[in-house]
Amino acid sequence: MARALARIAHEILERNSRIEDVALVGIRTRGVPLARRIAKTLNEISNHETPCGALDITLYRDDLSGNSSGDRPQPVIHKTEIDFSVDGKLVLLVDDVLYTGRTIRAALDALIDFGRPKAIQLIVLIDRGHRELPIKADYVGKNIPTSATQQVQVHLAEIDGKDEVEVLP
Amino acid sequence: MKKDLLGIADLTADDIYRVLETAEAMREVGQRTIKKVPTLRGKTVVNLFYEPSTRTRTSFEIAEKRLSADTLNVAVAASSVLKGETLVDTAMNIEAMAPDMIVLRHASSGACHLLSRICKSRIINAGDGMHEHPTQALLDAFTIREHKKTIEGLKIAIVGDLLHSRVLRSNALLLTKLGANLWVCGPPTLVPPGIECLGVKVTTSVKEAVQDADVIMMLRIQQERMQGAFFPSLREYFDVFGMTKERVALAKPDVIIMHPGPMNRGVEIASDVADGPYSVILEQVANGVAVRMAVLYLLAGGVEDEAAA
Repeated sequence: MARALARIAHEILERNSRIEDVALVGIRTRGVPLARRIAKTLNEISNHETPCGALDITLYRDDLSGNSSGDRPQPVIHKTEIDFSVDGKLVLLVDDVLYTGRTIRAALDALIDFGRPKAIQLIVLIDRGHRELPIKADYVGKNIPTSATQQVQVHLAEIDGKDEVEVLP
Repeated sequence: MKKDLLGIADLTADDIYRVLETAEAMREVGQRTIKKVPTLRGKTVVNLFYEPSTRTRTSFEIAEKRLSADTLNVAVAASSVLKGETLVDTAMNIEAMAPDMIVLRHASSGACHLLSRICKSRIINAGDGMHEHPTQALLDAFTIREHKKTIEGLKIAIVGDLLHSRVLRSNALLLTKLGANLWVCGPPTLVPPGIECLGVKVTTSVKEAVQDADVIMMLRIQQERMQGAFFPSLREYFDVFGMTKERVALAKPDVIIMHPGPMNRGVEIASDVADGPYSVILEQVANGVAVRMAVLYLLAGGVEDEAAA
């Protein structure tokens, strides 16, 4: 995992000559520590402090009650913390697993409510396939082909005590 | 959460913490340039207010709009209620137009429970008679937590017209559930009999109530509900029970002063206290929007235990 994240940080620098314009935004929950780790590596390599925020997409989800799934209690909402202006920035969204693409759709809507970024790109640690929307990641840690019945769980030291990726049958 | 929010009596401490934590996230939405999220898109919320209200109705409406719900206000003064329609008939007619939620304020205690039994829409109690005003108690708790971090173990004094106050009942239930040391104080004629069974300490001495208090909450003298003579004059009431600088000085140095509004300046609270450094009265109003967004959001979802609800 550490090597994949380091490689992504280098790719970011390679593709973007103006590192001052780059900002990282992690999608809660596990995208946030991933974004912080990438920001730290970027800072070490480029000597530039890259701003890093956290985005909670719950309020933008398309599967809240009222649709077919009205019998579930609402998911817990956490705070969105983006304490820099996204206007004119190249915003790199960070998430742990890319699956249907619906989380990213919600994250795009949420982010655009904060301003007008110059561009938005997507970083994911794991791409497991099975997209339901036309969304593609710009930086991928690892592609893991899965079947739709499997579950992919990312554990991170900051939240779960250890770094590991688990594919459950 | 159950289907409806009828009162604090139905909530567990966990439910209360869930609302307060959700409200934290909702407050952030109100601080953005674009103060709107699409969460309740396509939901219809009817605000049905049978009693005058500025704060609560505006607050609910702003909360609903920030969550993208479609809202409409039924102004009872200009409605068929004047032609003699009953609450149940009005509600059934509104219900026929399939709203998702009804926010109800009514002068009769238990009006929300009545609608809850006959309506499929989710009912939110925005104050029913002298019974409960749950969203007020939730926003009060949110404001206290913001200043004191926790509610457990705080000395909280509620002073004023205890008899007619739904804010008192909701707050007493909520604050004792979260472990506060709650004192209530008012003239003997305005202390409802049996109030001790809510787990509060009762006194008629303001001094005893506010001594070393962390929070002082003032209640309005509700003249519109008073048919008898509960005290000789408003001036005498202020002399004995009004919150003055001198009385505030008995409390802890970091005390906060709260009031659910509307205030009667010079009756239950002196102007220099209401506008003074300890007052968090306008913060309460600001927090009301976030707390009501949290309630709307949590109720819009499913029911944890359909069978129980």
